Amino acid sequence: MCGIAGLIHRGKSSNVGNELQAMLQALKHRGPDSTGYALYADNDGQNFIMRFKVGENVGEGSSSINEDESVYDKRKELVDQMLKSLGAKVLKEEKLTPYSYRYEMQYDEDLMDFSKKIESIESVEILSIGKSLELIKDLGDAQEVLDRYDLGKVRGTHAIGHARMATESGVDIKSAHPFWGYPFSDVSVVHNGQLTNYWNNRRMLENKGMRFMSECDSELIAVYLAEKMRNGATLEEGMKDSLSGLDGVFTYFVATKDSLGMAKDTMAAKPLVLYESDDLVAMGSEEIAIRSILPHEIDTYDPFDGEVKVWQI
Amino acid sequence: MANIKTNENKTKAQSMGLHSEVLTGKTQQKFFNPDEAENFYYWGTYDVDFNKRIDLDVNDLDCKEANKKIDELMSQGYGTIVIKNPQGKHSLGVGVLNKLNLIFEGSLGYFGVGSIDGPTVRINGRVGWSCAENMMAGKVVIEKNAGSCFGAAVRGGDLICKGSVGARTGIDQKGGTIIVGGDAGAFTGFMMQRGRIIILGNVGINLGDSMYDGTIYVGGKIGSFGSDAIESPMTKSDVDWIKRKLKVAEIGEDFDISKMTKVVAGKKLWNYDALEPTEKKGAI
Repeated sequence: MCGIAGLIHRGKSSNVGNELQAMLQALKHRGPDSTGYALYADNDGQNFIMRFKVGENVGEGSSSINEDESVYDKRKELVDQMLKSLGAKVLKEEKLTPYSYRYEMQYDEDLMDFSKKIESIESVEILSIGKSLELIKDLGDAQEVLDRYDLGKVRGTHAIGHARMATESGVDIKSAHPFWGYPFSDVSVVHNGQLTNYWNNRRMLENKGMRFMSECDSELIAVYLAEKMRNGATLEEGMKDSLSGLDGVFTYFVATKDSLGMAKDTMAAKPLVLYESDDLVAMGSEEIAIRSILPHEIDTYDPFDGEVKVWQI
Repeated sequence: MANIKTNENKTKAQSMGLHSEVLTGKTQQKFFNPDEAENFYYWGTYDVDFNKRIDLDVNDLDCKEANKKIDELMSQGYGTIVIKNPQGKHSLGVGVLNKLNLIFEGSLGYFGVGSIDGPTVRINGRVGWSCAENMMAGKVVIEKNAGSCFGAAVRGGDLICKGSVGARTGIDQKGGTIIVGGDAGAFTGFMMQRGRIIILGNVGINLGDSMYDGTIYVGGKIGSFGSDAIESPMTKSDVDWIKRKLKVAEIGEDFDISKMTKVVAGKKLWNYDALEPTEKKGAI
């Protein structure tokens, strides 16, 4: 059981950091282990934002190990050297925690090749690359993660988030949601459910050159959609295809620079409540998440089995 | 106490060779023993007066506190309780075991008004998953939409949703009536054992999958039948009964009931009561 939430403002920006925090905090009982935010912020859209981690925040059942901070610093230096050799121009760098960084940079080449080279450095994982996507995930509830990464001030158009209860993999950042839709800039995915054909799909996608960073089944959705889009499918086409391509029970959200979509499996086994109005669409695993940002009386509904919907900003 | 052991009158099912074993066992004897009065006493039931009305704002209360407060008000004799600002909270109004007018001005989260026996509930908003689960008796009316597992394991009473409902409506239903004014999702009537479901709109795939008994009436299109579910002809008594139920539910006034599809279980399990197949029950 995990909690997922998302919202998209149409035609305007809002304080999506605080709004998503309120929604995820209301879902804390569904997932107390880790919290993740994928915020589509009002950046200038000129430069890439790369968020990456050089170590783990190790929780219960994690296959990772605690390391000394000096190791993190050495890895960060290796990343800097690699960026230089790849020709990326770093304009601004921020150290957010001992193990995670946010870089603002300019880069014009293929992101897949770029990511592969950066992630060839031991224990380095790119959490996201995008011109508006700010993907943050860490252990703790929504409030703790918001405070740790100072997300309260982030303004943007849309966001998706996840409160995780670890089931099939340990409590750590690499298994936390959202997952970046590697190698596409500004694509992120959150998921509630279990996928039962994970290994079959993973082997198939790895053979096609796609990369998996964790053993979390939800990562498959991000990679699956990314592979479809790489082959020319639109986001909506990829999502519709996933209803038959992915086996198991799931409700997931996927966001791109200018859109947000939801898909529900054909068994309708996982919950989702939707609220749609002309200027705002909000969705969450439980109504209580939507109520946390819309206290006035509203009309909400459960999408039916096998439904796919995509909204534009 | 009825002596089950020496009862010579065979039921029709027994005469057909079904479950011919003699029922024995201490549990049954004890349960039905009228001398043991405590078995018939409902804890937490009160004599309430419908004319005594009170508003309860649950905005700052969690579900435990809110339910405790409702219990406290019933113990003071309040028979009409209006809940303000439920704000999608879970498990509100559960376990009410006496007559009561319970009105929610807003929406409920999951497991709303579950395990109730007797109250009349009106919810002006929407309800989340598993509304009125295990309801024994009473009437619940929801003005907007409902989530999945609507009326799971309902044993009696009337459960009415004027909007649309999610998947698995009436899963494991054991009695009572579920009425839906709009559409219903997949697996409606899943593993249904008794009772009736009326859906005025469309239903999703696998309607009545693995149903043992019971009847489902559908006004709109059916996505697909589940295994064990078959169509059965509508009779006049079906139409009369639905007409009466819809009147009570205050929906579907001009609805053409005769064009509805009636769905029943296609096979009877050997250990299930074959004495009263739903088709022969007639209008109640």
